[in-house]
Amino acid sequence: MPRLLFEKTGSAVWMSHLDLMRLMQRAFKRAGLPLTHTHGFNPRPSVSIALPLSVGVESVCELLDFDLEGELPPLETIQTRLNAALVPGVAVRQVYTDGRKIRDLALLRCRLGLEYDGGIPAGAAEAIASLFARESLMVEKKSKNGIREQDIRPMIRELSVAEAGEKELRVEALITCQNPSLNPMQLHGAIVRYLPEFAPDFCTCRREELYDANETIFR
Amino acid sequence: MTDQKNRILPGVQKPARYTGGEWGEVRKKKQDVSLRVAFCFPDTYEIGMSNVGMRILYGVMNQIPDVWCERVFAPWGDMEEAMRAQDLPLWALESQDPVKDFDMVAFTIGYEMSYSNILNMLRLSGIPLHSRDRQGLHNMVFAGGVCTFNPEPLAEFVDFFSLGEGEEITVEILDCYRKAKQAGWSKEEFLLEVAKIPGVYVPSFYTHTYREDGVLTAVTPRDGIPTVVRKRIVEDLDHAYFPTQMMVPSTEIVHDRANLEVFRGCIRGCRFCQAGFSCRPVRKKSPEVLCRQAMELMDSTGFNEITLSSLSTSDYRGLKELTDQLIPYCASQHISLSVPSLRADNFSRELMQKLQTVRKSGLTFAPEAGTQRLRDVINKNLTEEEILTTCAQAFSGGWNNVKLYFMLGLPTETDEDVLGIAELVYKIIQAWKENAVNKKRGLRVHVATAYFVPKPHTPFQWEKQITPQEYLRRCKLLKEHFYSKSIEYDYHSPDLSRLEAVFARGDRRLGPVIEEAVKNGARLDGWDEYFRYDIWQDAFAACGVDPDFYTVRGYDEEEILPWDTIDVGVSKSFLLRERKRAYAETVTPDCRHGCAGCGANCLLKEVACDA
Repeated sequence: MPRLLFEKTGSAVWMSHLDLMRLMQRAFKRAGLPLTHTHGFNPRPSVSIALPLSVGVESVCELLDFDLEGELPPLETIQTRLNAALVPGVAVRQVYTDGRKIRDLALLRCRLGLEYDGGIPAGAAEAIASLFARESLMVEKKSKNGIREQDIRPMIRELSVAEAGEKELRVEALITCQNPSLNPMQLHGAIVRYLPEFAPDFCTCRREELYDANETIFR
Repeated sequence: MTDQKNRILPGVQKPARYTGGEWGEVRKKKQDVSLRVAFCFPDTYEIGMSNVGMRILYGVMNQIPDVWCERVFAPWGDMEEAMRAQDLPLWALESQDPVKDFDMVAFTIGYEMSYSNILNMLRLSGIPLHSRDRQGLHNMVFAGGVCTFNPEPLAEFVDFFSLGEGEEITVEILDCYRKAKQAGWSKEEFLLEVAKIPGVYVPSFYTHTYREDGVLTAVTPRDGIPTVVRKRIVEDLDHAYFPTQMMVPSTEIVHDRANLEVFRGCIRGCRFCQAGFSCRPVRKKSPEVLCRQAMELMDSTGFNEITLSSLSTSDYRGLKELTDQLIPYCASQHISLSVPSLRADNFSRELMQKLQTVRKSGLTFAPEAGTQRLRDVINKNLTEEEILTTCAQAFSGGWNNVKLYFMLGLPTETDEDVLGIAELVYKIIQAWKENAVNKKRGLRVHVATAYFVPKPHTPFQWEKQITPQEYLRRCKLLKEHFYSKSIEYDYHSPDLSRLEAVFARGDRRLGPVIEEAVKNGARLDGWDEYFRYDIWQDAFAACGVDPDFYTVRGYDEEEILPWDTIDVGVSKSFLLRERKRAYAETVTPDCRHGCAGCGANCLLKEVACDA
């Protein structure tokens, strides 16, 4: 199935996963690119998004699989036409005729922006870096069966902390995104829980790149 | 660093409704326009974005090069709280600029219980509530929509009203404002000039006088101001402005689909229905124009569903021609076509079968009253036989779900009429037993009763509303007669409908009541989560206004009615005649079987009434 890489940034981050699915289905229609439909009682257009993105999180590495009726137009045509039919903040970066199996997707590089309105507190960067260097790190995870404790440390492969100006710390991390998956906002949760004195006034989050288990870029 | 507004968004429900940025949104440069309009819908994004009128007028205003019209909706409670905590004034979606920065602030009002939202939105914007407290031309507040056919409860807050259909008058109003702004007129000068536009009503130019017992005795216009203001209509809908490039919301709304209006007005004359009279005369769009617009709309929006809307779509003469063309188109494009408010006639039954090829919808009837006698009183020409035939056919076609809507408290209603509802429901259950092809899943009959609200510009505009206690007694009586497990019975709480009745036929003395209620936290009254009857009761008490005056009292035929200043085309003598026929249990045939002489054709100059 053809696949496309797209980004969701700016005001578009406030759309939910379902909103985004609807947007994409309609955008294909507006672009004059008819999607095939599933068979069954309620036929649905064939689009699927690899990893649902939480509301409020930016991403420049979203993958969407789709299937068009008839012969596949040139890939650049698909990209141009879709981008003309999309809304500010959502843009197709690349189209591929085919993609790797989603089950091979394993790792996600993400970035947190920790905003301190009164300036970065002294020692924050070091404290955060050493927090994630611990051997285990229990955080609360909300699931269907209530709240449970989860050790997120094994899901963090790499993590670095750097200053970005006087009021923002950037946390860059490579984390597992399938089997098991870690929501990057949990990193923020861990900071709030264990280092309340370094809890930021606001935290932004962004997905940057996807990899397979061998850290090869995944498409 | 993330700004204040974006820091609030993660903490509120459905944040996408506050950001704008949808497909089809109009963005202009501030420096390129000379007039900015904040177009406010006094309810949430999901409700407002479903409103066709707002979409049409958004297009009308934005096609004027030097005008930029932006949307504003009422925030949900969590957002309102956050805004107050952060001292963040209400903003418009497109530019994200505060509403306070706009030249004009427009409201479209379709529901009486959104009055609190209007005041609350002004308050959240930091705009003075009272017209007299807003000096100069800036933040000129005007309003239109069905509720403004009795604008009096809002008279002290709104500078002027635009009555009737807005496609043409809105352009004239904006022209007048632009002229005023360029010439530096005072507010008074502008209002005097805008009042000359047919369809514009400036409430501050009229004085209302009341008798000691509270009855309105005189409405005195200032010199040179018309005694009666007649609503505006668009005569030729085929050539009227219609946006085929429509906005597509980025988050789910109530009616998340394209909506195409096939005609305006109604031939039916149900005596309780405000739209049925106040939207007259009947004007149609041709099937060719509709078909073209439908296809353009679907191509430009990418919606996968389209609705053909009107007050009674079965009465659209071109329905067969239009659906014959649209059904194959929609099927090939995976678009589902829905045709709501179909009547229970033969053609509609066939059409329902055809539409089913795309998607199966529910079966809904609004008999409104339980007995033929009472249906004759209200002129609802739906017979028991029609309902049962349609149900029988639907049951044999595999349907197992029926929804039925009724009103309680209709004029002349007796317990016999109330129990007639139960009898009708049992006949439907019987029809299911005789006709259902698959009885395994059982039958669901959903019955809902509403508390009758007499509305202005209808033959029932003088009627008493029954007391809430009496309404509840009738609900209970009905409930006691529903034995079957198949029946699900819902009745609306009387509180909201009682207030709706007060404001529908209210006068200027209600202004302070609304203001007081909003001050004490009334807003989003149409939502169970927020509606608080006690706030309203306290507000009436604090202002010394008796709600019963507007509800159970009823209005005398000789009385001057607060909405007599507004002419919707239908004459008062016709409404009186219809009222007498109601009491005589005499039906008035629909307009197609003979003109009943409602008078609305006085609004037409170029074309004849298409009833």
